[in-house]
Amino acid sequence: MMSKIVRTITNILYSSILIFGFYIIMHGHLTPGGGFQGGAVVASGIALVLIAYGYDTIKDWIKKSNLSILESIGGLAFIGVAFLGIGTTFFYNFLANSGTLFGNPTVIGINPGDLNTAGVLPLMSWAVGLKVLAGLGSIVLLMAYGIKKGDEK
Amino acid sequence: MINEHLPALIIGIPLLAAFATPLISKINDKLRNIFVIGVLGATLCLVVSLAFNVFDNGIFVYVMGAKSTGLSLPSGYRMPIRIILEVDGMSIFMAIISSVVAFFGAIYSWAFMHKETGKDKYYTLLLILTAGMFGMEFTGDMFNFFVFLEITSIAACSLVGFKIRRGESSEAAFKTMVLYTLGALFVLFAVGILYGQYDALNIATLASRIQYTAMDKVALGLLVAGLAMKAGAVPMHMWVPDAYAEAPAPITMILVANSQASLYGIFRVCFTLYGLTISTHTVGWIIIILGILSMFIGVTMALIQKKIKRLMAYHAISQTGYMLLGVGVGLAVLSDANALNSYGLKAMEGGIFHIINHAMYKGLLFLTAGAVIYTTGKRNLNELGGLAHKMKFTTIFFIIGAAAIAGLPPFNGFASKLIIYESVYKFNPMLSIIAMLVSILTLASFVKVFQSAFLGPEIIKIKKEPKTMIFAMLCLSVIIIAFGLFPDIVVDKIVAPAANALVNSMQYIAAILGGA
Amino acid sequence: MIGNLPFVACVVLIILGLYTLIFKRNLIKIVIGLNLVQCGVNLFLITLGYKSDSVAPIYTMAGKEEMVLPTPQALTLTSIVIGLATTALILSFAILIYKHYKTADASKIRRLRG
Repeated sequence: MMSKIVRTITNILYSSILIFGFYIIMHGHLTPGGGFQGGAVVASGIALVLIAYGYDTIKDWIKKSNLSILESIGGLAFIGVAFLGIGTTFFYNFLANSGTLFGNPTVIGINPGDLNTAGVLPLMSWAVGLKVLAGLGSIVLLMAYGIKKGDEK
Repeated sequence: MINEHLPALIIGIPLLAAFATPLISKINDKLRNIFVIGVLGATLCLVVSLAFNVFDNGIFVYVMGAKSTGLSLPSGYRMPIRIILEVDGMSIFMAIISSVVAFFGAIYSWAFMHKETGKDKYYTLLLILTAGMFGMEFTGDMFNFFVFLEITSIAACSLVGFKIRRGESSEAAFKTMVLYTLGALFVLFAVGILYGQYDALNIATLASRIQYTAMDKVALGLLVAGLAMKAGAVPMHMWVPDAYAEAPAPITMILVANSQASLYGIFRVCFTLYGLTISTHTVGWIIIILGILSMFIGVTMALIQKKIKRLMAYHAISQTGYMLLGVGVGLAVLSDANALNSYGLKAMEGGIFHIINHAMYKGLLFLTAGAVIYTTGKRNLNELGGLAHKMKFTTIFFIIGAAAIAGLPPFNGFASKLIIYESVYKFNPMLSIIAMLVSILTLASFVKVFQSAFLGPEIIKIKKEPKTMIFAMLCLSVIIIAFGLFPDIVVDKIVAPAANALVNSMQYIAAILGGA
Repeated sequence: MIGNLPFVACVVLIILGLYTLIFKRNLIKIVIGLNLVQCGVNLFLITLGYKSDSVAPIYTMAGKEEMVLPTPQALTLTSIVIGLATTALILSFAILIYKHYKTADASKIRRLRG
């Protein structure tokens, strides 16, 4: 548990970090970023809260079992969407240029960027982002738990 | 409908099951075990059906994510840029080994891991390891090969260090992880060099564009060094005894198949990617020297070991030397059509046949060692004795495995070793004599293990081994005896297409570029 | 004007990483050496795609049409992710080794020998 200044700034910054991370995940097909980078940013937010408040306070707010379920959902969503294109081939982009969910036609050349394009890619970005944020968050929490157990003995 | 998508299903179904396993574990333990064994059994059936497809129709090309292998730009220029899976005789041969070994490993794990905790992570990692092995064997793209190589490295090292209550497991896993990652980074550096020169990552496109410049020699050296680190050939073999001894017994069996998958990587690079542009005599002799060193150092270090699994791990290094020797002789005479037809192709068939034999009998030996450790709890040969009184089945399976590895008829080790002896003798008699000496020393060390662990009076009180473990060992013994009694059927149907696929690299290239 | 200097810098980084990996004895320093080799290889991959007077290969609000090669950037991204997973795994095993052996010196961790 760190000092009052650190905890106050963490409270203000945590929501901004989460929003920034989700923005990077969402706009992966237009600007630099995507699933892994956005997930790493959100996980660094979790690491910030862990360092500011200490492991004993955190373990009631961010539970390891919830993160494990999020990770499984992310992985299943990725492979599931890949299997959905099996009509043509595995991993086929069946939503691109089709007019439905993310289906505006792709603009070729320099353009201001349209969020509604590129078919299956934003869905897979979300799946990868969920998996990375849950995975990295679990790694950080488990390392803190392991070190604390080692100190207790 | 399934027939068109077989390679992608074979990689995709274990991966999907791996991500679903933690959710199913929360419901019930037994349901998860049955689920994993069912998924691996279904994958085995899919691999067999793909094998029939490839043996009848030739090379199977599958494009991920698009309808055709190339992309036509608006200007009319057509270039092959997709990630493709290309299955020929050698790939499906390695896939048969991986799927059989993974299936029996999962059956054996039911009883062996019964008292451990964290089993949901164990089964998830086992499925990811299997999917990674299939990916390494099916892919037709160099960078995709690197990605699957790293997937198997991470899964394998996590499983090696699985028993965290022993300090030795973490030490073994640390050493293994450093060597695996270093080898994979060498492979990535070589892939970067090849991409920078020829602007292609596809194996067939690279093979058609490659000329043997100085940077290509550097890339070949890095690729062979990196992949030999993972395969456990001699200058980089330090991780093998630690990793094979500290992993749980069914995982050691799958690790053997993993090492052989990176051996497949060496063969794919030397035969298909570089083909006849290299001076095959030099590179062939380098692989032969690696093989001879592995054989000799493996078996001499094995004679002095006192712990069962460490001894068997040194024997795994020495048998890898046999495979490198056989295929190395084939590579050395690749440019000489006369010698190739008379003994080169036979040497390659011997080496490739030895791959599947080694997976079977080494897997059986590791499973029997696992049964001994499970019932007695001790690993040191000095403390064991008289196990044949209570564990009759394990003794019989151990005798079968030891006779197979020493090369006694009528087991399968004899068949493949005889092919290697005869064809290598025509190339250079000295190599064949060294191989025979190594075989005699192998028999000596297994007689030592048999006498000290199984014969003699009963020293310690043990319990009987569970039924699933006996079933897995029984199936492997049946395969060993069947391959030993009918080796000519196996060589004609399964091994000869694999050797032919390696030698005819033009077929591999034409399957992708010929139509484009 | 620069010539082959970026490639030489990458190879120097890899050689420094190999030196740290082989000759240092603390477990964390071995992990740092491995990380240096990974950084060298990633830098090599990105440098392969450089074309002079070009911008980043993103079409959204781009400056001009000449762009560097985008494929090596995808390869490097994959390699960075793999490096992250590998480093996390190796560090976990380093923590476990410290818990069991009470030392982080690689020459004293020799229970598996022979």
